[in-house]
Amino acid sequence: MRIILCIKGVPKPETVKVDPETHTLKRESAELILNPFDRSAIEMAARLKERYGAEVIVISMGPPNVVPLLKEAYGVCADRMILLSDRVFAGSDTLATSRVLAKAIKKLSPFELILMGLKSADGETAQVPPETAALLGIPSLINVKDIFFEKGKIVAVRETEYTLEEIEVSPPLIASIYPKLDYLRPPSFKRLLEVRNKEPEILTSKDLGLKEEELGLSGSPTRVSGVFEKKFVERGEIWEGDPEELAKRLIILLKEKGFLKA
Amino acid sequence: MLVKYFLTEEQSLLVELVKRIGEEYIAPYALNWDEKEAFDMKPIQALAHADLFGIIVPKEYGGLGMGVFEMCLAVEWLSYYCAGVSTTYAASFLGAYPIILFGSKEQKEKYLPDIASGKKLCAFALTEPQAGSDAFAIKTTAKKEGDYYILNGVKQWITNGGIADIYVVVALTDPAKGPRGASAFIVENGDPGFSVGKKEKKLGLKSSVTTDLIFNDCKIPAERLISREGTGFMVALRTLDYARCGAGAQALGVAQAAFDVSLKHAKRRIQFGQPVYNFQAVNHTFAEMAMRLEAARALVYQVAKFIDSSLKEFSGASAMAKCFATDQAMWICERAIQMMGGYGYMRDYPVQKFFRDVKCLQIYEGTNEIQKNVIARELSKLYK
Repeated sequence: MRIILCIKGVPKPETVKVDPETHTLKRESAELILNPFDRSAIEMAARLKERYGAEVIVISMGPPNVVPLLKEAYGVCADRMILLSDRVFAGSDTLATSRVLAKAIKKLSPFELILMGLKSADGETAQVPPETAALLGIPSLINVKDIFFEKGKIVAVRETEYTLEEIEVSPPLIASIYPKLDYLRPPSFKRLLEVRNKEPEILTSKDLGLKEEELGLSGSPTRVSGVFEKKFVERGEIWEGDPEELAKRLIILLKEKGFLKA
Repeated sequence: MLVKYFLTEEQSLLVELVKRIGEEYIAPYALNWDEKEAFDMKPIQALAHADLFGIIVPKEYGGLGMGVFEMCLAVEWLSYYCAGVSTTYAASFLGAYPIILFGSKEQKEKYLPDIASGKKLCAFALTEPQAGSDAFAIKTTAKKEGDYYILNGVKQWITNGGIADIYVVVALTDPAKGPRGASAFIVENGDPGFSVGKKEKKLGLKSSVTTDLIFNDCKIPAERLISREGTGFMVALRTLDYARCGAGAQALGVAQAAFDVSLKHAKRRIQFGQPVYNFQAVNHTFAEMAMRLEAARALVYQVAKFIDSSLKEFSGASAMAKCFATDQAMWICERAIQMMGGYGYMRDYPVQKFFRDVKCLQIYEGTNEIQKNVIARELSKLYK
């Protein structure tokens, strides 16, 4: 059984800078940390490895400074590390990213399961898991809490707003993992010692057979038109007094501002 | 720290991992565990996943095959975050050492892999109501009947009682022979006639579990005997020689935590228009605390390395490390409260917890008075 674990490096919040021209994040200069949502995906991979003896391959698209994060995943449970890295990947939106991931995942066939975090802490779109699934032509499920392999099928338990759903799927499946698992394990000391002498395999656009126009900014239909800091221009007012008087004052104000018809 | 100890790359990685576990699985909860007197399995689970229960277990049984020094580093930095958690952790080694040092090949194969992986916790049971410092006064008996031993008696104040799966128990196989009639046995949770008594209420170390163990015609297979009949106290005392250094290491961690919290406070606390650290009465106290802490650390580290050098005679050295480091830590924690004044005394701040936790270190694994007996005895051998 093969599980492909996709992780992402996100800029450490206080170190991030935004490119003033493209409005994309300057990842090369930022200190990268593991996307916090991906820890649940790593934990799920570790649990499935324990439960079924699965092989876990961790992949990440990003600049070479994501290597420590691949090693972190190796420290927990991964058996192989693959870095998807190429200058032409820079500036990719979720679609271009999904193209790269889909090609890389296909290269690792056969596989039963692909695990991802629910979303990334920098983009917050949660689009990559379903987009990658669409490009691969396989099903995807979001917010998955637990996964079982039963008689050639995958049974996934999914957290929804009001209920837990149990869904049966034929593998392979892309699952994004519920971010609030009750426990997330630390890496193993033995594996951390082992990974000191290991480097990830590197795949470029050429290795994946992708054209430049499908990648980076040119392959990304999403345009960020602007990025600005949230500013609180005015402080809220606090009115005190008789409730009836205050209600009258409020109605006058709402009429003035055009929220109520005069 | 003003003194550097030149750890190897592996040892630094170990300390880094322990600190990471401390920050994530212990620090946010330690005061609450203390307040509620609650044992939490999560940090234990994290230590198990990090392979850290295997630190002293030989590699051929799935452990890391490291020494007393590395065990001390792990215990020190766990204690920095919570001495209760580190007590659960270190007490498990106290139960594992007899099997590592004196267990048969079959016993090692049966127990050590599960101990190394953290699947099974251990406990060590010597103390009885009438036999504390006077360990030779134990009354628990083990009578051989065919292929079994039948244990009867009560063990008192046993760390990890009820949460451990494997208990190393010292009992008299031949009461007529006195101390030479004692033997060590492995008792498993679930053995017939074995039960756990009430959970003790303690001054500190509240996130660790301490109970009585009750043996009421407890029947165990004869192959659970460790080494030979009559070697019980040899096994117990040798185990304590190894493990004592760990109590010294706990003291270092708690003292370092008390030092850090109180010094940061003194740098920020403004009185008479300036940080109280500026006053000589305060900053000289910190200078004294730092000297004592580093002297204790240097001794504990050196003794741990000495034990690992596989020289035979180290009882006196390990007693020194335990006694000196825990006495210094008690003094440092008391001063840390004084340096914080009212803040040190309030239960919203952690220093009062360090003070209560550290007190036990002068008592358990042989009181500091008994450590001085050991040191005096060893000195007397040298100066015949």
